[in-house]
Amino acid sequence: MSDETNQGLQSAFRRKLLMGMAAIPAVTMLPRSSFAQTPATSAVNTTGLAVTDTEVTVGILHSATGTMAISETGSIEAEKLAIEQINAAGGVLGRKIKFIQEDGASDWPTFAEKAKKLLVNDKVAAIMGCWTSASRKAVLPVMEQYNGMLYYPTFYEGLEQSKNVIYTGQEATQQILAGLNWIAKEKGAKSFFFIGSDYIWPRTSNKIARKHVENVLKGKVVGEEYYALGSTQFNSVINKIKLTKPDVIFTDVVGGSNVAFYKQLKAAGIDLSKQALLTISVTEDEIDGIGGENIAGAYACMKYFQSLDNANNKAFVPAFKKMWGEKTVIGDVTQAAYLGPWLWKLTVEKAGSFDVDKIAAASPGVEFKGAPEGYVRIHENHHLWSKTRVGRAKLDGQFELIYETADLVEPDPFPKGYQ
Amino acid sequence: MFGDYSIGDLGSIFVMQGFAGLILFSVYVLMALGLAIIFGQMGVINMAHGEFMILGAYVTWMTSNVFQSYLPSLFSGYFFLAMILAFLASGALGMLVEWVLIRHLYKRPLDTLLATWGLSLMLQQAYRSIFGAREVGVELPQWMLGSLHVTDSIEVPINGVFVMGLTVLITIAVAYIMFRSRWGRQVRAVVQNRIMAGAVGINTAKVDRYTFALGCGIAGVAGSAFTMIGSTGPTSGQLYIVDTFLVVVFGGAASLLGTIASAFSISQTQSTLEFFMSGSMAKVLTLLAVVGILMLRPQGLFALKVRK
Repeated sequence: MSDETNQGLQSAFRRKLLMGMAAIPAVTMLPRSSFAQTPATSAVNTTGLAVTDTEVTVGILHSATGTMAISETGSIEAEKLAIEQINAAGGVLGRKIKFIQEDGASDWPTFAEKAKKLLVNDKVAAIMGCWTSASRKAVLPVMEQYNGMLYYPTFYEGLEQSKNVIYTGQEATQQILAGLNWIAKEKGAKSFFFIGSDYIWPRTSNKIARKHVENVLKGKVVGEEYYALGSTQFNSVINKIKLTKPDVIFTDVVGGSNVAFYKQLKAAGIDLSKQALLTISVTEDEIDGIGGENIAGAYACMKYFQSLDNANNKAFVPAFKKMWGEKTVIGDVTQAAYLGPWLWKLTVEKAGSFDVDKIAAASPGVEFKGAPEGYVRIHENHHLWSKTRVGRAKLDGQFELIYETADLVEPDPFPKGYQ
Repeated sequence: MFGDYSIGDLGSIFVMQGFAGLILFSVYVLMALGLAIIFGQMGVINMAHGEFMILGAYVTWMTSNVFQSYLPSLFSGYFFLAMILAFLASGALGMLVEWVLIRHLYKRPLDTLLATWGLSLMLQQAYRSIFGAREVGVELPQWMLGSLHVTDSIEVPINGVFVMGLTVLITIAVAYIMFRSRWGRQVRAVVQNRIMAGAVGINTAKVDRYTFALGCGIAGVAGSAFTMIGSTGPTSGQLYIVDTFLVVVFGGAASLLGTIASAFSISQTQSTLEFFMSGSMAKVLTLLAVVGILMLRPQGLFALKVRK
């Protein structure tokens, strides 16, 4: 309630006045940055978050240990890079970002516990974190109960929307539909074979894909197979693929299984330069483990590839490599994680406040023109408008951009006719 | 489901499916052999078995990198050296672990479960700190990739044939060591009656150490071979541990023949079922069958009579 009263009193003029007043003593003490933008802490933080006159604290919550560390390491790196860059550019509302990193340890209850610690003990202004849907589902009630703000980077199955979460990755329809349309048109594909890991994301994604293939593309799904997470034997399903001879193999296999699947596909003599394969789960990160020679020729449907040719990306990739080493690769989710701190900064500046309620309200319409993927904008449903792209894997482990949608694709986490 | 296909198509698919089953069989035997020795002969429940395998995989990865940088002309043969190094590295680590940890726990077999579980976590984190959290891609020489064209429609993966050959070799070697060598006789004597074995002058502590090392070394070779078909990352070992225990327990813990028979029946059931239904359903049915049989026959398929 107190938030709303304060909001009512603070006209834009009053806020500017406060900013100016706060700047006067600061200029003499700390000469380096432009303190004309630094508003008083009491004005920008009415809910007791960890904001001081010079610093604001955010949380980073990913798995640095455990099985998900493979995937989440890139996100941690991207978020730290973004924070460093924002600080170098003067911070947020004149305050440097300080981060507290917690380890979710690939364990979902740990994620919830650490999220609570970050919100209740550390009073962080926002959390950049989570990777799997399971960890997000574990953290969501905590975010809602203690009114935190989560920036979630992974492409995911949709069917969720929260005031307390900004989804910087694609929901399922954004990732799948344009890719299927493209391959149907380009390759004249009529028959599809689905293979995925057995959990919520592949199953939901394939459900959407099946509806689209059957109802919109008027094609046929000749097989739909799921293998337990961590499976390493795919010879049987590969034989089924050989028997059914689908125009397209559509895969959402994840983790270590991915490596086994592509190695065995290649060993079974399926040549990806002739057999079309469209994946929504392999980024440059995964190819590191799979090996470029095992997957060259496959198509991936993502919103970002490291090889994208635009000015933002040409600055982003060298900066990332400079910070984390020449050999690191940048996948789709890593880029989406990079958007989190920037979108938060832009939203805070738009709202003129660190208060979570104001940020949640100010989020729709926030644009980030410096995104490595090009340009993104936050939708009313807290997902991002972004383009869908199809890339083709090359021997060196990079993707060659083959197709991108002309316009930004609207996020639709609750797609009608697909459920 | 077969209405639309010609007899020729179906024939070749069944042949390839047969091969898929045999490959799965070899994989199971290879990953279970090391554990069968440690669990079966020593009664130690080694939860870190998968991590010993992954050590072998990392050794293979390092060897391939060394060859690529310094000896590119010999790259096509590096894999054989890598397997030997993997055996030595995992065996040496096994020996160390036995000396530091396991030998204090022989009287408390259930505690070995917890201790080796902790060890597996430590090893995982060690791999993560040393090699990084991301999976590494092990590059294979060209001749090991792709498949053999038997006919137009029958193709047999080369790496599968390689794993099969390796499994046969290692099984023969293990059988020879266990049943034909002097040292194998000592191992069996210790298994059957530790006190008497000691009384007739067998150094049981030394036998234990080398048995454990042998089991770990074989795990290392298995891990090295699996870089051809699976992933190499800090936690990849976890992918194998459940199947490995399944094979060993189902076969009857103390019997090598049992391990092979159980690997054969599980792999054939699974690969046949996988062909007619989805992968996860096939796994469920296979596990149900195993549980059912173990309820009727708790000692596993083959069991040795051992004096307690």
